[in-house]
Amino acid sequence: MSALELRVAAVEPLSPLVTRFRFEHPAGAALPLFSGGAHIVVEMPDAGVLRRNAYSLISDPMDGSGYEIAVRREDAGRGGSRFMHTQVKPGDTLRVTAPINLFSLDLRAKKHVLIGGGIGITPFLAQLRQLTRLQMPFELHYAARSRAEAAGLALLPDLPQIHVHISEEGNRMDLGAILSGQPLGTHVYTCGPEGLIAAVDDTAARLGWPKGALHSEAFLSPPPGTPFTVTLKSGRTIEVGPHQSLLEALEAAEVEVNWSCRGGACGRCETGVSACHGRIEHHDHWLSDEEKAAQTKIMPCVSRFTGEMLTLDL
Amino acid sequence: MPRTEFSPSIASRPTYAPLRPHGAAPALMLADAEGAEALLELAAADPAVMDRAHLIYIPAGAAHGPRLRDLGAKMYHEAPSFSAALERYRKALLDAKMGTQLYLAGTEGLIGQGLAEALAAGLPADAIQSEHRGSIARRMQCVHCKGITENVTTDPFTCSHCGLTLFVRDHFSRRLGAFQGVCVDAETPGIVPEMKEIKA
Amino acid sequence: MTIRFNDETFRDDYTFHNSPEAIRRFPFPFDQDSYMYSVNLEPHAGGRAGSPFQNRFDVDEHYVAEMKDREITLAEDPLRCQSLPHMELAGWDFLELVMVSKSEDYPELFTLNRDGDRWHWINRPLGIEQRFTFLDPTTLPCGPMEYITRQTQGDHALLDQRDGNLWMDAGMVTSQADWSLDFDIGMNFYEWHAPVPKAHEMGVFQRALKFLLNLQQGAPVRRLNWTMTVNPRLDTSPENYHKWGPEKRTITPENVGAKQHLRVELQTLWRLPRSNAIAFPIRCYLMSLEDIVTQPKWGRRLHRVLRDLPDELAEYKGFAVNRPVIVDYLARFDDGADTSPGIFPD
Repeated sequence: MSALELRVAAVEPLSPLVTRFRFEHPAGAALPLFSGGAHIVVEMPDAGVLRRNAYSLISDPMDGSGYEIAVRREDAGRGGSRFMHTQVKPGDTLRVTAPINLFSLDLRAKKHVLIGGGIGITPFLAQLRQLTRLQMPFELHYAARSRAEAAGLALLPDLPQIHVHISEEGNRMDLGAILSGQPLGTHVYTCGPEGLIAAVDDTAARLGWPKGALHSEAFLSPPPGTPFTVTLKSGRTIEVGPHQSLLEALEAAEVEVNWSCRGGACGRCETGVSACHGRIEHHDHWLSDEEKAAQTKIMPCVSRFTGEMLTLDL
Repeated sequence: MPRTEFSPSIASRPTYAPLRPHGAAPALMLADAEGAEALLELAAADPAVMDRAHLIYIPAGAAHGPRLRDLGAKMYHEAPSFSAALERYRKALLDAKMGTQLYLAGTEGLIGQGLAEALAAGLPADAIQSEHRGSIARRMQCVHCKGITENVTTDPFTCSHCGLTLFVRDHFSRRLGAFQGVCVDAETPGIVPEMKEIKA
Repeated sequence: MTIRFNDETFRDDYTFHNSPEAIRRFPFPFDQDSYMYSVNLEPHAGGRAGSPFQNRFDVDEHYVAEMKDREITLAEDPLRCQSLPHMELAGWDFLELVMVSKSEDYPELFTLNRDGDRWHWINRPLGIEQRFTFLDPTTLPCGPMEYITRQTQGDHALLDQRDGNLWMDAGMVTSQADWSLDFDIGMNFYEWHAPVPKAHEMGVFQRALKFLLNLQQGAPVRRLNWTMTVNPRLDTSPENYHKWGPEKRTITPENVGAKQHLRVELQTLWRLPRSNAIAFPIRCYLMSLEDIVTQPKWGRRLHRVLRDLPDELAEYKGFAVNRPVIVDYLARFDDGADTSPGIFPD
């Protein structure tokens, strides 16, 4: 995993819960450009624990002068976002990965429809700039509960193709209306809570949309759960805490595992299971249903285990 | 004529499945010759499939026209050939909205061309259903002169444009809607294997 | 470093030749005495000094002649270079990658000056000087991919990534091992590899695809592939098969050493920044059997590999008909001694 050491250039609250961070190269060098929808993984040295969280880039993909992310504070989470909000100050140095895109635009599309819910607006902020630069037809729908929580408002340009839906103001997003009558060759991108993605999928299916035109990215952070133990080939055992992912526990024990998105989407950390006496709680979007049922593979970035013994091919 | 079962082949060779109705969704249907029977069965499974359908049929000598017309598609058109129907088909694709179902039925030549046009219009491949019926003749691109020879039933065959003797590959381009034909006697000019009928 | 560019041809009178230095640096593709498909990808992060792995885009003594040969092929058949409309951004990404790499790795041959989007490119071996606006195709004589690949050895494909697959949606292909860009453009990874025997069943393509979908910017990878070609011909396209095919049947025990060439592809794969596409340069190196056997290790090993290769692969690679003559010739250079590990000559 190629990493960049970047300086925190700016920290700016956008709403009570969401803060924007800007990173720049300490010597002012240009950073690798990226495509809309890309993310970086930020390393957070938090009191002896190394946390790594993935965040969508929200800055202009064609601008290498800096990277910007927007972080929503999740107090019930594992502590990564809390660290960003409470510990990170301008001038600090953080390690981030090179940009990776698991949610790119289909550049063949005749039109792009972007649907963002809550903090799920973030990948679209970069995609908007890419679409504008490429002069491609698009419309964007941004749904939030209240104006105060809608951190994206400060970041969205004032364009007729951009529609804001604030449910508290009675202006709920009507997916049926959005997905009806779109020209052939339209692609839809959804980012936000699982419920929003499921609602778009259901509405699209009802309207006869093919799956190939639907793209989504769930903001999947490793879910907490009950502690469990895994066994390695050597017989060594590793304890996984309630707010720790299996991947994090393996890393803390200095067991080498490949990773990239840390959100169950890219497949990089796929690990073989040689014995499973119990049930793997698969939380990923990578393994097929058959693979999940077989219990012979696990994605340690998001998935957990309950039962007697889980032996990994590590 | 029943649905054709093709022998297993390489990954680029298209496969076909029976058409399945998607209710009364807007639909574009393109069929030739015996492909009519696939549409008749589709409508029998769910008559609503015709409610908002635009059906284009190329009889090519088959006598299914009147029965297809009677299915009550919203628009019904008979064309003497694919090229005669092409501009109408393109306009239908241009005007179509997402959610439109595309049903292709008949020969591989028709399915291939219908598919290529639909993909170019932006329809994702998973929105397109195709069922093979009738002749197993193939639409072949000559890799040398780029000319397309329609209705190829033998292997090898003579390119109708440049005259080279070509063997019939299973390698298929969805963009061109054609299989690939390659010179069979390139290394040994004049030594041509015995001509055989193409098999399914 | 100065390179003396050969005055040579890859057709008609075939004056192509390798200098002694070019022979020593030839990317011999076999690291052991047998061959089977594998996902033999490794990081493309430099390599032995002087080897074709050292720089990001290898420029060697054949550069100028290869670009002339490409020009001839394109004039006869412009469809050898095609880009589906959505691939233009990937074309710019690739142009940038090549111009930046070559100007840094070969400053005496190539210069790139950039002032924002105003770029100035100098290619001394080909006598080209071009001022243009980055991302504005009207300021170049042709599309960005065509422009830069007319100046870069090897075939090049640009792969779009979507739906968990890679799609060959653009390319410059004039020195291919018998596949047609015009036919294959628009195909996904499994489709364009469909004619390759055995490898599908072995799961090679599934594993390779899984790996490539995760390819990261700044971390290119490479692999070697190979086939056999009669005469040092770059354009072994299916388009012209009826023209070069008869040459394949001219091999005799007397001429096999000079006429039969091992054709090696140095394939590299690069994640591109703005388009998220993958650039796939396929660089072709040719060497006659008589030049190969000047390195005793290579002579021994090539004999064993070709002698023991499964018939299906010899057929697919198109040299089954000449295999007996080739193996007989190479047997003379195989004394049965052990060979050292790795691809480099002793």
